[in-house]
Amino acid sequence: MTPEELKGLLLVSSIKIGVVFAVIMIGVIMIIWVERRGSALLQDRLGPNRVGPLGLLQNVADGLKNFTKEEVMPLQADPVIFVMAPMMSFVAAMLLFAVVPFAAPLPPFDVTLPLIGHVVHEGPVAMVIANLPVGFLFILAVSSIAVYGIVLAGWSSNSKYAFLGALRASAQMISYEIPLAMSLVVVLLLAGNVPLGDIIAFQQQTTWFVFAATLSWLLFHVATFAETNRMPFDLAEAEAELVAGFHTEYSSMKFAMFFIAEYTGLITMSALIATLFFGGWDIPFTTWDEQEATNWSFGTLFRVGMTNLFFIGKTFFFAWVYIWVRWTVPRFRFDQVMHLGWKILLPISLGYIVVMASAVLVLERLGMVHDWKYGMALFAVNVPLVALCVFGLDRDRLLLGARLRSQAET
Amino acid sequence: MLELVFWFFSAAAIVSAFLCITRRSAVASALWLVSTLFDLAAIFVLLDAQFIGVLQVLVYAGAIMVLFLFVIMLLDLGREGRTDMKGSVGQFVALALGVGLVVELWVLKRVMDAEGGFAAQTAAFQLPEGELARMTEAQGAIGIIAAPLFRQYLVPFEVTSVLLLVAVVGAVVLAKRRL
Repeated sequence: MTPEELKGLLLVSSIKIGVVFAVIMIGVIMIIWVERRGSALLQDRLGPNRVGPLGLLQNVADGLKNFTKEEVMPLQADPVIFVMAPMMSFVAAMLLFAVVPFAAPLPPFDVTLPLIGHVVHEGPVAMVIANLPVGFLFILAVSSIAVYGIVLAGWSSNSKYAFLGALRASAQMISYEIPLAMSLVVVLLLAGNVPLGDIIAFQQQTTWFVFAATLSWLLFHVATFAETNRMPFDLAEAEAELVAGFHTEYSSMKFAMFFIAEYTGLITMSALIATLFFGGWDIPFTTWDEQEATNWSFGTLFRVGMTNLFFIGKTFFFAWVYIWVRWTVPRFRFDQVMHLGWKILLPISLGYIVVMASAVLVLERLGMVHDWKYGMALFAVNVPLVALCVFGLDRDRLLLGARLRSQAET
Repeated sequence: MLELVFWFFSAAAIVSAFLCITRRSAVASALWLVSTLFDLAAIFVLLDAQFIGVLQVLVYAGAIMVLFLFVIMLLDLGREGRTDMKGSVGQFVALALGVGLVVELWVLKRVMDAEGGFAAQTAAFQLPEGELARMTEAQGAIGIIAAPLFRQYLVPFEVTSVLLLVAVVGAVVLAKRRL
C-alpha cells in the first residue's frame, strides 16, 4: 500500500466514522422524540409539544438538563465499575454499526487536496465503516458483550432492585443470543458468506430474505427485542417491579448514556433487520442501483443518495415497529420469557435450519440458478412453515383469541 | 507497525492474566479474564484468523464469562475479599511448582536452541507468508474453516459434538433431582 492509498483510506474512514457517529446521535434524538410523540399518539394523548416546533427540541432540553444535574453515587457502590458500566454499554452499542453498509459504493478517486495532499482510493469506496470478512458474526460478538454494561451497572450499584435487574439481564441475554445466532445460520446457508455486503448482493440477485427466509426474520426480530431490552422483554428495567432496574442508582449523564445506548441499539438492530432481510440499501424492482460505480457523475451521486435514503427509510420503519410494539404489548413474566426463548424459539430455529438446508440442497440438485425464481421457490417452502408456527404456537390465544373473545361479547 | 500492535496486545494479555489471578474480588477477577480474552482475540486477528478471533469474543467473552458473572453474582462472592489461599505450606508448594515450571521452560529453550532454534523447528507447520489472507479472500473467513471441518473431519467433529451433548445431559441429570 502506497502512502497515497494509506492517506486515502484514513481520510475516507475518518469521514465515514464522523458522519455515522453524528447521524446516529441525531437519529437517537429523533427516535426518542418519535417514541414520546408516538406513544402519545397510541395512547390518545398529546405528548411533549411545547419546546420547539411539535416538541422537537424537547430532547435537546432534556439532554442539557441531564448535564446540569447532580451526579449521585451510592455509598457502598464499587466506584470504578460503577463509572465504567455506562461507558461499556455506550461503546458496545456504537461499535455495532461499524459493519452495516448504508448506501451503494462511491466511485474510486484520485485527487490532490489542500493540506492533505495527493490521496488515492483504488476500487469503489464501500459505504461501510469496516468491511470485515467476519461480517455479521462481529455483530453477534459485540451484541453479546453489550450485556456487560447492564450486568455490571446492576451489580456495582449495590442496590437490590438494580441487582435483580442485572441478574435478569444476564440470563435473558444469554438465552436470546442463541435463537438470534441460529436464525442467522439460515441466512448464511442461503448467501454462502457472512459479510453484509455479500448478503445484500445475494438479495439483489435473488429476492429479499424476508421471502427466502421468512421464519428466520420472525425469529430474529423477536430475539432482537430481547437483545435490546425492549418491551415486551424489558425485564431488566421493569419499572412496575424493580423501580428502574439496572439503572435505578444512576443519575444525570451516566443515566443518559444508558438511555442513548438503548436507542442506539434500537437503531442498529432496525438497520440490521433492514440489511439482513429487506435488502439493505437495495431499491426494490430496479437494477439501476446495482451498477458498479466507476466515474464521478451526477448519476452515480444520485444513486448513492437514493440508496442511502432507502436504507434510512427501511431502518426508520423498523425503529417505528419497535416503538409500536412497545406501546401495544404488555410485559412478559420472567419465566414466560425464558420459556419462549428455550422451549419455543430454540427448537423452531433448529428445525428450521434442517428444513432450509434440505430445501437449498434440493434446489441446487435441480440446478436452479440464483435469480428471483430461486427466492420464490424458497418462499413457497416458508409459507406453510410460518403458518404452522404462527397458528400452531398461538393455539387461539392471541391472534384468533382476541377475535373470538370479541365475537363472544357481541 | 503490526509488530507494535502484537507487542501491545501480548503485554495487555499478560498483565490482565496476572491481575486476574491476583485480585481478591471475584468480579474483578472475572473482568480481567474478559480483558485477557479480548487481547487474545486481537492476536488471532493479527494472525489473519478473524473467524477464531470473533468466536473467542462471541463464545468466551460474550457467553461463558457472562455465565461466570451470573453465578458469581448469584452466589454473592463478588464483594468481600474472601480467599481460598492455603496457609504457608500451600504457598510454599505453589512457589516450588512455579519455580519448576520456569526451569522446565528454560530446559525446553536450551533443547530448542541446540536443535537450530525456534524458526527451524516450526518451519514445517507454517503457511507461506500471506497464504491465509489469500485463502480468506477466495473462500471467505467461514469457508476456510467450514470446508475441512464438514468434509475432511466430519466424523471427529460429530463425535466431539456427541461428547458435548453427553456432558450437557450429565450436568442436567446431576443438577436436577427430579426429572
